[in-house]
Amino acid sequence: MADTPPPNPDQPTPANTEIGVDRWVSEADERRDRGGLGGRIQRLWGGLPPSGKLALLTPAIFLPFLPLSEATIYNYGLFILIYALLALGLNVVVGFAGLLDLGYVAFFGFGAYAYAFLSGTHHEKGHEYTHHWSAQYSILTAVVLCAVLGLFLGSSSRRLLGDYLAIVTLFFGQAFVVFTNSADPYGITNGSNGLGNIDPLHFSAFGVHLTVSSTRGYYWFLFGCVVLVLIIVHLLSESRTGRAWKASREDPLAAELMGMPVNRLKIMAFSFGAAIAGLAGSVFAAAQTGAFPQNFGTQVLILIYAVVILGGTGSLTGMLAGATAIIVSFQVLDSTSPPNNARTLFYLGLIVGVAALFRKSRLKMAVAVVSTIALGFAVHAIAEAVWPRGTSGSVTSGGYLTGAIKDWVLLPTHANRLAIYGYLALIVLVVVIVQLKGWWRVAVVPPTLVLTAFVWENLLIQQPAVTRYVLFGVLLIALMATRPQGLFGTAKVEIV
Amino acid sequence: MASTSRQVLGNLAGLGVLLAIWVVYAVYFSPTQGWTFFFQLTVNGIILGSIYALIALGYSLVYGILKLLNFAHGDVYMIGSFIGFGVLTLLGGPLSPAIPVALLVLCMFVAAMLGSGVLGLAIERFAYRPLRDAPRIAPLISALGVAFFLENSVLLLFGADYRNYDGYELISYNGIHLGGDAGVFVSYLGVLVISGALLLMVALIALVRWSRFGKAMRAVSFDREAAAMMGIDPDRVIAITFLVGSALGGAAGVMFGLVYSQIYYLIGFLAGLKGFTAAVVGGIGSIPGAMLGGLLVGLVESWAKGYLNGNVADLVVFGILIGVMLLRPSGLLGTPALQKV
Repeated sequence: MADTPPPNPDQPTPANTEIGVDRWVSEADERRDRGGLGGRIQRLWGGLPPSGKLALLTPAIFLPFLPLSEATIYNYGLFILIYALLALGLNVVVGFAGLLDLGYVAFFGFGAYAYAFLSGTHHEKGHEYTHHWSAQYSILTAVVLCAVLGLFLGSSSRRLLGDYLAIVTLFFGQAFVVFTNSADPYGITNGSNGLGNIDPLHFSAFGVHLTVSSTRGYYWFLFGCVVLVLIIVHLLSESRTGRAWKASREDPLAAELMGMPVNRLKIMAFSFGAAIAGLAGSVFAAAQTGAFPQNFGTQVLILIYAVVILGGTGSLTGMLAGATAIIVSFQVLDSTSPPNNARTLFYLGLIVGVAALFRKSRLKMAVAVVSTIALGFAVHAIAEAVWPRGTSGSVTSGGYLTGAIKDWVLLPTHANRLAIYGYLALIVLVVVIVQLKGWWRVAVVPPTLVLTAFVWENLLIQQPAVTRYVLFGVLLIALMATRPQGLFGTAKVEIV
Repeated sequence: MASTSRQVLGNLAGLGVLLAIWVVYAVYFSPTQGWTFFFQLTVNGIILGSIYALIALGYSLVYGILKLLNFAHGDVYMIGSFIGFGVLTLLGGPLSPAIPVALLVLCMFVAAMLGSGVLGLAIERFAYRPLRDAPRIAPLISALGVAFFLENSVLLLFGADYRNYDGYELISYNGIHLGGDAGVFVSYLGVLVISGALLLMVALIALVRWSRFGKAMRAVSFDREAAAMMGIDPDRVIAITFLVGSALGGAAGVMFGLVYSQIYYLIGFLAGLKGFTAAVVGGIGSIPGAMLGGLLVGLVESWAKGYLNGNVADLVVFGILIGVMLLRPSGLLGTPALQKV
């Protein structure tokens, strides 16, 4: 026995296959490898440890906001940070533990109301509530209360499988909004008016007083919170508990058999996520100097989910990148932001979408783009000849694109009804595109793009605040169907 | 099997006792209002409940066959309600209908059911079929996206205004007075809604129990792979199930519009939640369960609205959902799921 020669790994005969090494798996990276600059960047990025990625990405995302004006910091920077914080918390619940928590936004609201109640003054229905706690106590209380609430909700739904949990939590979120809006008999939440009279963040301990009053100050404070939570969540995800979460997400039954307390793990994740949402909520209330029921509705929930899904569930870098992408597009598509920014963003997105659709074949992409441009001018020319009303409308705040739009897109006067039909036809065309393959698809893309531009210029740009929600809905569907792992997530390999 | 049906009987008996106690309390000891108030609420609850039951059937059918929660179902119901309104407006509106009223109402129902059914087909094709083998969380998120897309598209196209069906104006303000003029009032419209819902449910049960398609559906729901090996095309069966469930939802939308007059783009959200609650209370996947659950949720909501107030009603329904899930996770008529490994 002792003089058996050791197996020679250089010799690729089946007899020498090493036990415990799967060649197919070990060569997976090489098969997946891409050449060129993109591949090199991808390799460099992939070679970094997760903590390195975070250390590089975090300042890269958040520092550029500092030289901007206060209003910009509030609209963009502050919201990105708050949503990054919320996404980090939701990521623990959805990404690590695999629980679909649709009542998450209620914890955000609960944190905000808790802070507003403990550090502010209001009176309603004959009750007056005046507490002016220092921020460190009220934030801490808000966080702990949220964690306890998460514990309760989690344990009341501990028997529930994925779908049931989703609907119970969705109902919980709805119940929270109903409660804050109207159902509260003691005036704690002040109904639909919300709580307005809230102290700014004011820390005082051992005789040292510190008040955060400027938006920039809140930005720094939130930045600190995000970094702190990032570190905690990162350490947690590498820990025993983090591994147990992921194991119970992949296969709860197997995890249970391995001796993991799956129910307790679920509740823990739930409560941990709730605590982070509570932190985000309390800072949000202070920064906004108010907590109102409409801040915590389904739309905010969708926004948080869009961040988590786009970033890639389970990836921390993804949360930061996702928050940036979603909040920037969300704010640009706001009705108070200049419409031309929204337009630029929309056409950029369209270009990216077309590029993604034809990423396999440059020829098809070139044909599609050229024929789209040609078709637009052709339709415009025909309409000018036979249907003058079709081109006599005006461009909605065109900016530098006015000329191009005027000559390429049909702009009828009184376009309301036509635009609605165009929207419905557009949905049908998109449905058709998904069904078609190869050159058929190339044939349908140009009319779709021309119609998209038509609908955008005549309908969507007038209501960007609604359009953005439509687009986020489409984003969720499209991401789930094409790249469920999101931007930074790792694709799951199904083991059968 | 014997133990299962015994459990169902036990559930029903428990439910009966609870209801009996409540009825006795409400009729004899109700602090302010008399028995007419109670029975009026009950009638309203039955009307509301038959609408919820139709929605719940949509959830239950899809869940039974795909084990998937179709979050977008509430919005399919909303779209159905808008289609019905569109037909009503096209044909002259409630004040001056261009064709006989009976025909008009029939047209509204047919159009809404067809439209919602096709919408259901499209949703299945685009949001769910690509995700058939994905992790369980993926179709739920996709469904959330669909719901959001539908709601905001309607907001974008038709605005946030309330649309008025004027169902009583269209059909009749009259009704049946039970127990004299001061007694319980059942409008003809209510009778129409209840009988319409009953008709649809009977048709559904006949379809599932006796038709070839129903057999295929039960087979796919029992074991998709085995059914495929027997020559049933599961994709087709699933698509038709979505069609049927969504059509029921569309009909419920028109009924809601007729009885409650006002529709707008957000009605689907709460109605969907309550329809789901009904499906769970009755035992998700079970057709009679969905009907019973719908009736119960409608009754409870109506009672809560009458004796407490409108805002608390939603919280009460939510409480029932939590209670049923804790005490009877498989619902009143459902069979406890055995997990195969």
